[in-house]
Amino acid sequence: MSADWAAARSAFRLKALPRSLVSGGVILGLSLVLALWPSLLAPYDPTAFDYSALLAPPSWAHPFGTDNFGRDVLSRVIHAYTIDMQIAIFATIGPFIFGTIVGAFVGYAGGLWEAIFGRIVDATITFPFLVLVIAIVSVLGPGLGNMYVAVGVVGWVFYARLVAAEIKVQKRLDYADAGRVMGYTPLRIIFRHLLPNAITPAIVYWVTDMALAILLGSSLGYLGLGAQPPAAEWGVQIADGKNFMNTAWWISVFPGVAIVLTGLGFSLAGDGVAELLRVRR
Amino acid sequence: MAMSANMGPNGNTDGNENAGLVVRGLTTTFDTPRGQAIAAADVDFDVAPGEIVGLVGESGSGKSVTLRSIMGLIRKPGRTTGHVDWRGRDLVAMSSEELRRIRGSEIAMIFQEPMTALNPVLPVGLQIEENLIAHTTLTTRQRRSRALELMNIVGIPAADRRLDEYPHQFSGGMRQRVMIAIALACSPKLLLADEPTTALDVTIQDQILKLLLDLRDRMAMSVVLVTHDLGVVAATCDRMAVMYAGRIVETGAVAEVFARPRHSYTRGLLGSVPRSGTSRTMLQSIEGTPPSLTNLPTGCAFHPRCSFATDICLKERPVLEAVTSPTRTVACFHHERVAEAEAIL
Amino acid sequence: MPLFSFVIRRLLQMIPTVIFILIVTFILVRLLPGDPASAMLGDRARDADVERINRQLGLDQPVVVQFFYFVRRVVTGDLGNSIGLKVSVSSLILQRLPVTLMLTGMSALIALVLAVPLAFIAASKRERLPDSIIRGAFQMGLSMPVFYVGIVLLTVFAAQLKLFPVGGYGDTLGDRLYHLFLPALTLALSFAAVLMRNLRASIIEVMNAEYVDFATAKGLRSRVILFRHILRNALISTVTLFGLQIGTLLGGAVITETVFAVPGAGRLLIDSIYGRDYPVLQGLTIALAVLVSLTFLITDIVQAWLDPRIAR
Repeated sequence: MSADWAAARSAFRLKALPRSLVSGGVILGLSLVLALWPSLLAPYDPTAFDYSALLAPPSWAHPFGTDNFGRDVLSRVIHAYTIDMQIAIFATIGPFIFGTIVGAFVGYAGGLWEAIFGRIVDATITFPFLVLVIAIVSVLGPGLGNMYVAVGVVGWVFYARLVAAEIKVQKRLDYADAGRVMGYTPLRIIFRHLLPNAITPAIVYWVTDMALAILLGSSLGYLGLGAQPPAAEWGVQIADGKNFMNTAWWISVFPGVAIVLTGLGFSLAGDGVAELLRVRR
Repeated sequence: MAMSANMGPNGNTDGNENAGLVVRGLTTTFDTPRGQAIAAADVDFDVAPGEIVGLVGESGSGKSVTLRSIMGLIRKPGRTTGHVDWRGRDLVAMSSEELRRIRGSEIAMIFQEPMTALNPVLPVGLQIEENLIAHTTLTTRQRRSRALELMNIVGIPAADRRLDEYPHQFSGGMRQRVMIAIALACSPKLLLADEPTTALDVTIQDQILKLLLDLRDRMAMSVVLVTHDLGVVAATCDRMAVMYAGRIVETGAVAEVFARPRHSYTRGLLGSVPRSGTSRTMLQSIEGTPPSLTNLPTGCAFHPRCSFATDICLKERPVLEAVTSPTRTVACFHHERVAEAEAIL
Repeated sequence: MPLFSFVIRRLLQMIPTVIFILIVTFILVRLLPGDPASAMLGDRARDADVERINRQLGLDQPVVVQFFYFVRRVVTGDLGNSIGLKVSVSSLILQRLPVTLMLTGMSALIALVLAVPLAFIAASKRERLPDSIIRGAFQMGLSMPVFYVGIVLLTVFAAQLKLFPVGGYGDTLGDRLYHLFLPALTLALSFAAVLMRNLRASIIEVMNAEYVDFATAKGLRSRVILFRHILRNALISTVTLFGLQIGTLLGGAVITETVFAVPGAGRLLIDSIYGRDYPVLQGLTIALAVLVSLTFLITDIVQAWLDPRIAR
């Protein structure tokens, strides 16, 4: 295939600029504002009972209605941003950092380390992720802290695998040899030279992983293994409302919309970041 | 058959079944964010039955696009206009079903890189036979024996066993033979070969070219051979057309063009080929790089790299015109000076 | 027979994986705070019971010896007894796992039926309206938690429209398919989104491959080009993804079975957690992990069959 052909095609690929990054970024920006200052926008105290307005349908006073304790659903959805955005970050940042470091070393060292690591990866992915997390949480005890531990124990593997693969490619390139010739220590070569070029896939995965973390966190909340009532968390709220779906759908439906929207924000942003970094290279 | 800039004396081919291939005003463009890229512009050329025509130029000159445009293989965002008359029918205008019937049966194509052009997950026998399924009514057994015959024609040993093997089990040269066998399956009248030997070793390259020549003689087939290698042109082609920046700049019989190029670009290409029988000189390369297809120079696209260029070359684009004979054409204001200069060299 | 030796090699590779699975599940139960037996039996346990459980689990031995006992028991199919249900864990699993397999099988099928045509439409109308709509839909699908989809489908189609039962599991095959349809659909939606995203990308890649141009140049019918040349090659990477996603699918099944009260292995897992039935939890974790590694094996074989370059 001649070059003009390829050039004409690749020129076309440049056309798509990450519109998804913009829309994802807007959603996440708003989510972050709600997470940081929920009291500014929430009309009521999210845990205040109001026995005069039990299971009230959406109205001007309660735009998302109230639940079976008379709590304002809108205020609870807004306050849940604090917990769920926290889950998105806390459940992923540990695995991201730890996995990146391990992956960088394994990818650079190769040989036996890589073989051992390969076995760990193989074995880890044979456990259904959710089942393993549930099992660990149930052993450690329910709650957000233990959930972070459980996710961390498993999650770092995926980052490490991505980084190791990329480091392996990078270390064969000339500039890595140049670093070795210059007499730099392996540490300096890995972190100053290789990693900045190798971390892209891990960053892209991180953004989408935050969407998965919200889904996981709310699922555990729903099962009663994550955030504990009466805390406002979307999964907990949906579980609270599930018995009222036929009579008071608003208790469960609105928190679900918040999950979908936030998840969408992360997944759009992830696509956008992927596209952006791919074009840059 | 004339290779003329305009509709020459033989250009009008309506209803002429024996006219071979007549390409007129073939233009292929791609819409890109940086503007429209004109990959092939106003290409005219003819291929007579039994003739081998070389299409020559640097990478990016539009050779492959021209070939693919003839076959109707340009996909969006690309667009092809103009006329490709094949035995009196216009390939550009015809329905996709009509075109499908011609592809692979009357006109076949071979690609540069057999490793990517052959489907990696299908046995080569099937890849030959599916051609026969599409265009013939042969039975399963007849198809198998035809596939065997084709493998023998293109010189693949142990054909019976190898039909069930996959492309990755063949060497580069053998893979190219497989592709030729696929192309020949329905005894095409015209073979479009897109740099068929570029990916191969020199010795294998030679075998494949000999095979093509041999097949042309045996099957009375016309060939359009796209290449950037003038040595290949000299060894195989009857006539040649030189492309630059999507346009044909010079055509003629191979011997004539080699003896006295009339376009400065052709002269440059020839200067970069070692030749026997002449006194030893330094190999030359053409200064500068090919232009971007989205941002072509004004006037003659070659003028920034041309040592003969004058003011007119910046302002006007020279048209492809017949000189000395109807089959000898060139698009250059200064072709006389170029021809003279070559004589001095 | 390269495929045969490939299968053998692949089977041998499973051995270290299974050993690792056993180590992890062994450690898991050892992580229980305090005395495992008391943890299982609760605060009001009688000393005799604690001792019996300790002996049953071999807890009076050194850790390495305990592990070997554990491995020996598991290999012979003895996963201990359920504390809550008073039956052997292996019989419980054998009873519940088929339900989960049927659920995940159905949802994988639904997901494929949804994903393949949609991915193809999206890929061929790339960057145009149908593509945008389909991509938007799968972005949504990826962002929807399974339990939420389940509750909504359950309310709308079972409780309100009464088209499907609100939960449970039938007796005859037809009845079971009917009961499992909504749960399977729930599980299929997000799976379809993942498949679609991958399949769309690989169809686009394959459509741009030289061999597709060559197939067109051979004058093949578009149906042949689509099925034999494009889809077959595009499916190769999807088969791998299918295997890698089976874990996610089983995790989703845990939640779906909880939402729809389907008596499968996932529901059993959650019950065992609420009931602190650790032998069941441990046994199920082993069974599910082994199931996943078997699926990896099967998808590898399918892939080797689709792509002759692999089994060499």
